[in-house]
Amino acid sequence: MIRAFTSSILILFALTVTPKLLKANEEHAVADTISPKKFNTGDLIFDHIRDSYEWHIATIGHTHLSIPLPVMVYSQHSGFHFFMSEKLHEGNGTYDGFKVASEGKYERKLVEVMPDGTFLRPWDFSITKNVTSLFVSIALILTIFLSVARRYRENFARAPKGIQSWIEPIVVFICDDIAKPSIGKEKYQRYLPFLLSVFFFIFINNLMGLVPFFPGGANLTGNISITLVLALFTFVITSFSGSRSYWVHMVNDPGIPLWLKLPIPLMPIVEIMGVFLKPFVLTIRLFANITAGHIVALGFYSLIFIFAEKSIFAGYGISVLSIAFTVFMGLLELLVAFIQAYVFTLLSALYIGLALEQHTSHE
Amino acid sequence: MTLAVILQVAANAAIAKMGAGIGAGLAAIGAGIGIGRIGGSAVEAIARQPEAVGDIRSNMIVAAALIEGVAFFAIIICFLIFFL
Repeated sequence: MIRAFTSSILILFALTVTPKLLKANEEHAVADTISPKKFNTGDLIFDHIRDSYEWHIATIGHTHLSIPLPVMVYSQHSGFHFFMSEKLHEGNGTYDGFKVASEGKYERKLVEVMPDGTFLRPWDFSITKNVTSLFVSIALILTIFLSVARRYRENFARAPKGIQSWIEPIVVFICDDIAKPSIGKEKYQRYLPFLLSVFFFIFINNLMGLVPFFPGGANLTGNISITLVLALFTFVITSFSGSRSYWVHMVNDPGIPLWLKLPIPLMPIVEIMGVFLKPFVLTIRLFANITAGHIVALGFYSLIFIFAEKSIFAGYGISVLSIAFTVFMGLLELLVAFIQAYVFTLLSALYIGLALEQHTSHE
Repeated sequence: MTLAVILQVAANAAIAKMGAGIGAGLAAIGAGIGIGRIGGSAVEAIARQPEAVGDIRSNMIVAAALIEGVAFFAIIICFLIFFL
């Protein structure tokens, strides 16, 4: 079934995208003959890390090969618009009143040019590069887990075979080493689906961000919106599972001396700050780890081109060292991909376990 | 007097970038010291009790990841100073 799925994806990709893929961008060729493009490290790194309205695959000579992605915006001024992002490159950059702002508050985002010249940012529902990568990774996760689940349903008592043997140790690891010790033997099963989903979502998206060619390479978990939503899931689940003693102890913990609670409620303030700080730190930790890893790996890689600008032989010479460093950073990134998924899941389990604790005895 | 004021206004952006660089360096020092201490204690604990290697290793990695989170928070602030 995986073979059927992947072959159908490949056929769909070939049929729908190849004609557009071959339609290269000729305007860039004209601009580049006027002044040869100098290598800009910052641009290279930030283009790989940021979201964009098209998926840039390669630059061959002066032509850019990219997959155009649909742009769907709803403007308060002129209603619903749907078009492919290649239209934003035709003409002088404006299509139907919309353009990608090149500076100001809405830099690199789609804005509508009003008749008096000001910019209006519409409701942007576009399928950008990150959203496409999200769909691809969702399809991958569903394929893996639905086939594993079907195998468990059909041959329950047999030895694991195929992709089941990859997934089973990880699932058992999360169940036995993360969920049970943190949440407790009685209630961990209720939270196990969430913990497994979060772990595999973060792990597989981290890994896909490391693959340098399509459909990988979109920095999804390095997007702070995605990590913020994951941390908000943890926050909501923790808050809704909070037992009575959890909330009461936050404001009035019987174990701490009175001068910390009155006249200035120091401990309650610290505890309530902690409630909001924990998801925030989860967000920042995942986002910064993944993005910083990508920046460092790309920085090592662009050393070659920086040195080549000075002299072509310096470029060749530094390439050995640079490739060695990049490979090392890539391996470190693989480790970080797993560790960050593990730490996010572990901390979520710990917070849920803390919220579920029932204090049975007070002094 | 006016020269000093003009110099200060002109140097504002430059001093901000220098501050960002120093902040990032300090964050790296802090993370290095913290994780170095964790690694040292973990290795000593393994030497004392070699059969607890698995437990000690996972606790060490968890503690290192938490400290790295704080260091990355400082890095993000320095990044924002640089580019905003």
